[in-house]
Amino acid sequence: MAPIGDGPDYDLVVIGGGSGGLAAAKEAASLGAKVAVLDYVTPTPKGTRWGLGGTCVNVGCIPKKLMHQAALLGDAIEDSQSYGWQFSNPENIKHDWGILRQAVQNHVKSVNWVTRVELRDKKVDYINGLGLFKDAHTVQTTTKQGERTITSKYFLIAVGGRPRYPNIPGATEYGITSDDVFSLEDSPGKTLVIGAGYIGLECAGFLRGLGYDATVMVRSVVLRGFDQQMAGLISAAMEERGVKFLRKCVPKSIEKAIDGKLLVKWTSENGQEFGDTFDTVLFAIGRRALTREMQVEKAGVQVAGDGEKIDAVNEQTNVPHIYAVGDVLYKKPELTPVAIHAGRLLARRLFGNSTVQMDYENVATTVFSPLEYGCVGISEEVALQRYGEDNVEIYHAYYKPTEFFIPQRSIAHCYIKVIAKRGGDQKVLGMHFIGPQAGEVIQGFAAAMKCNLTMNALMSTVGIHPTIAEEFTRINVTKRSGKDPNPASCCS
Amino acid sequence: MSLNKGKPCRRVAELSLESIVGLMPWTYDYDLAVIGGGSGGLAAAKEAAQLGLKVVLFDYVKPTAKGTTWGLGGTCVNVGCIPKKIMHYAGLLGKSIKDARYLGWNLPEYTQFDWNLLVEKVQNYIKMLNFSYKVSLRSAKVCYINALAYITTNNEIEYFLNEKSYKIHSRAIIIAVGSRPFVPRDVPGAFELTITSDDIFSLEKSPGKTLIVGGSYIALECASFLNDLNFDVTVSVRSVVLRGFDRQCSNKVMNNLEELGVKFKFKNLPSKIEKCEREDKLLVTYTNGERDLFDTVLYAVGRVAETKNLGLENVGIIVGLDGKIPVNERDETSATNVYAVGDVAQGRLELTPTAIQAGEYLARRLAAVSSKIVNYNNVPTTVFASYEYSSVGYSQEKAKEYFGKENIEVYLREFSSLELSAAHRLKNERLWADEFDKEASPQCLSKLICLKSEDEKVVGFHFIGPNAGEICQGFALAIKLGAKKSDFDELIGIHPTDAESFCTLSVTLASGQDFRVSAGCGGGKCG
Repeated sequence: MAPIGDGPDYDLVVIGGGSGGLAAAKEAASLGAKVAVLDYVTPTPKGTRWGLGGTCVNVGCIPKKLMHQAALLGDAIEDSQSYGWQFSNPENIKHDWGILRQAVQNHVKSVNWVTRVELRDKKVDYINGLGLFKDAHTVQTTTKQGERTITSKYFLIAVGGRPRYPNIPGATEYGITSDDVFSLEDSPGKTLVIGAGYIGLECAGFLRGLGYDATVMVRSVVLRGFDQQMAGLISAAMEERGVKFLRKCVPKSIEKAIDGKLLVKWTSENGQEFGDTFDTVLFAIGRRALTREMQVEKAGVQVAGDGEKIDAVNEQTNVPHIYAVGDVLYKKPELTPVAIHAGRLLARRLFGNSTVQMDYENVATTVFSPLEYGCVGISEEVALQRYGEDNVEIYHAYYKPTEFFIPQRSIAHCYIKVIAKRGGDQKVLGMHFIGPQAGEVIQGFAAAMKCNLTMNALMSTVGIHPTIAEEFTRINVTKRSGKDPNPASCCS
Repeated sequence: MSLNKGKPCRRVAELSLESIVGLMPWTYDYDLAVIGGGSGGLAAAKEAAQLGLKVVLFDYVKPTAKGTTWGLGGTCVNVGCIPKKIMHYAGLLGKSIKDARYLGWNLPEYTQFDWNLLVEKVQNYIKMLNFSYKVSLRSAKVCYINALAYITTNNEIEYFLNEKSYKIHSRAIIIAVGSRPFVPRDVPGAFELTITSDDIFSLEKSPGKTLIVGGSYIALECASFLNDLNFDVTVSVRSVVLRGFDRQCSNKVMNNLEELGVKFKFKNLPSKIEKCEREDKLLVTYTNGERDLFDTVLYAVGRVAETKNLGLENVGIIVGLDGKIPVNERDETSATNVYAVGDVAQGRLELTPTAIQAGEYLARRLAAVSSKIVNYNNVPTTVFASYEYSSVGYSQEKAKEYFGKENIEVYLREFSSLELSAAHRLKNERLWADEFDKEASPQCLSKLICLKSEDEKVVGFHFIGPNAGEICQGFALAIKLGAKKSDFDELIGIHPTDAESFCTLSVTLASGQDFRVSAGCGGGKCG
C-alpha cells in the first residue's frame, strides 16, 4: 500500500526491471533514494512468460550464450576425436533439446532469484505489475493485491522492447520469437528464422550447431548497420556449416500443413512465389519499444520519429522529471552493459551530485554466431564516408588458429581488420575480429581504443604466444597495397 | 675456405655495421651469421635478408638424454609454445566433453583418451611447421646449414658436415641458441631415468602416472594438460609455485589445479630415482623418506643455455652460471660484432614474441635502417594452466616494493565463467568434504593493481580463467598506453564475457570486503 503523507511516495519509480532499470534502481537506493521497480512480462502469443531481470537474463544474452555454448560443445566433441578422445559410437552422438532447455531455464531461474534478493538487500520495493502513466506524476498498476497508484519525484522508463511480428497471415498463431525459443517445450526441429540481424543469425547458428536444419530468410542484407564485409564473412561461415540462406525474400504467409508442420510461403526478389514446410518459424525481424503499453502520452512524453522509442537527451525525456534508459532509447545501442552503465550514471546524477554523462561512442559488441564476430569503433563504410578513402588506411589479415589445424576446421573466414586514420600517428578508428572467443579478444582492445590507440602502438606491442588475439599485433598488410593478407607461417 | 652451398661470395655494398673493429682484409662470405634457428634467430635472419643482407643460419639440435631430437624452428615450435598449446587444448576438450553432457549431448559417462594419436597429430603439425620454416628461409634467400656452429673469432664460424670441417666469415654474428631444460646431476637416477619438456611432446609410451618436479610455469602447464588428459599427476615443488609471479594469483592457479585433481607436494623433492624392473615403473624416494611408484618422472626445474661448446672463450665472452650471455640494451655482447638474442641472453624474458621482436629490431639496426630497441616493460605473458593465467605489468609484491604499500590500490573479483557455472563443474572427488561440497570454486580472478599517486594508473593486470591469453592481449595494449582505473570504469563491457569483469571492478583488497561474486552472469552483471 502506498504510504500516506505529504510529498510523492518515492524519489524514483523505475518502470521495467531489466538491465537498465535494475542498475539505476540499485544505484539510486545505495545513494539514499527511496526507490520502487515495477516489472511485468506480458505473455507472448504462445503464452511464454518469465521472471524478474528483463530481456538479458530471461530471453536474451544469458540463455543465448548458453545455447551458443551447447552448440560449440558439439564442435568440441567432434574436434576432440582428432585430439585423441575416443567415443565408442561417434555417429550416434546426438543432442537432447529437453536437457538443454532444462539446464538453461534452471540457470535463468537462479539468476532471477539472485536478482530478487539483490533488490531486497538494497531495499528497493519490487512491484510485479504493469506500470501505466496516469499523468506526468502518477503511475498506476494492477497487482495480485489490487490496483494502486504511485507518485514519484522522478520516473525512469526502462521498459525495453519485445520482438516484432510481421503483419502476415499466421504470424502470431504459428510463429515464435526469441522470447519463446529458450523455453520451447518441444525440440525446434527444422527451423526457418526470418530476419538476418544478429538475433536471427545467433539463433540459426546455435540451432544448426545442435543438429537442426536451419534456414535464414533475409529481406535485404545480413547484419544491417554492421561492417558489411565482416557480415558477409559471417554469413559465409554459417553457410559453410550448413545454415541455408534465402536472400532477398519476403515471407507472405504461414499456415498449418496437413501433416501438422508449418507451410511458409514467400516471394523472392523477382516476385516468384515459393513454399516449404518447417517445424518451427522464428521471427527475428526487429524489436519494438514498449512505450505504447505504458501510455507515455498520458505523461506528455513524446516518442521519436519511429513512433515508439524515446529520443532522450542525456537520458532525459521532454518531460524534465521523466527519464529513459536502455533499449527504449532512440538511436542508442541496444546492449545490456550500455543500459546498466547509463542507468548507474543517471542515478548518480539524480541522487549523487555527479555530472558525468554517458558516452555511447565506441561501444564494443559481439555477435555470437558460430564463428563469432567482435568489433569496436566504426565500420569500413562509415570510415570511408566520414573521412574519405584517401584519409583512411585499412589493415587486414587472415589468420590460422593453432587449434583448428589438427581437426582441419575451416580457417577461410578467420579474419581481422583494423581501420585507422592515414598518416601521422594513424589513430585507430575501428577494430573487427572474426574467430572463436571474439568477445574475450575484443574487450581489451576496446580499452586500448579508449586510451587513443594508434597503429604505431598496436604494431609495437608484444604479442602473447600462441593466441589468436596476438594476430592484431602482427597486422601489417593494407588493403591499399593490394598485397596478400593470407598468413605466412607461425612464430616469425 | 669452402662454403656449404658452393655459391660465390657476394660483395656487400653500402653497409654500416655498428662496430667494424677487427675487420679482416678479405671479403666476407656473409653479412650476418645466425647461430640458432629458433624464434629469435629465424626472425633476425629473415628480417636481415629482406633488408638486403647476405645471411647464413645454423641450426642444430643436440638430442636429449632419451635421444629425442627435432627439426628447424627452435624450442617454441618443437618442444615449447606450440605443442604445449595443442596438448593444453586437447585437455580442455576433455573437460568440454563433460560440460557437453550437462548441456544435452548424449555422451557416455567416461571417455577414453589415446595418447599416441595426440602425439602423432602434434608431431605432424610440428613437422609441417619445420618444413614451412625451411621454405621461408629459402624464399628469403637465407642460407640454412643444419650443423653445430663453433665460434673461432669475432668474424669466423667453424662447422662440421659429413665429417669435414668448414669455416665461414661474417661481419656480424648473432647467437640465438636458446636454452634447454636442466636436470640435476646430484639426484641419483634423475639424468638417466627421467624426461623433460624436450621429450614429453613426442613421448611414444603413454605417460601414465606422472611425477613432475618443479613449480615453474612449465611444470604447471605440463601438470595441467596431463591431468586434463586423465593421467594421475603429482607435482613436487621445492618452495613455491610460479616464483616471481603475483603470489595471490599463483596460489589461485594452484588451487584451481588442486580442485581439478592435481596433487601437490611442497618442500619434499625426489632424493633418489630407481628403476623398478618388476613393474616397469620408476621408484621415487623423497627427501622425507616417502616412496612412490610412477610411470614417468618429468623434471621442470629451470632451463640453462647450452653455450659450453660454442667457442665463446675464443672471443672472450664469459657466461653466467646458467650459461647465459650478458648483453646490453642493444643486444651487444662483450665481443665486438657478436650479439645475442632470445633465451640465451642474460636477463631477458624467456618468451617467443620478445625474441622475435629483438631479432627483427637487431637486424634492422645492423642494416642501419632503424635504431629502435625492444621495450621490455609491460610485456604480457600467459601461463597455460588448465585455467589460464595472464598478466602484464607488476605483481602485487613487486608493485608494493617498487611504489610503496600505501601507494597501491588493488581491485579484484573472483567469479565463475558463465558457461562453466551453468555446466556445474565439480571438484575432484578426493576434495569432497560431504555431498554438499561437490561444486568447484569460482575459477576466475580479475585483478587490477593501481597507483594512487598517479590517478590510479593501472600498473598491473592479472586474469585467471578460460582464454586468459586472448583476454589479456588487448588490455596489455591499454596498459602500455597508460590506462587508468577510470578508463576501465568508463569502458562498456561486452556481455556476456569474462573479460567484461574488468569494466566493473569495485571491491578493493584493502577494504576487506568479500570479492567473490556468484550471481550467475559470468564476468559481468545483468542489471
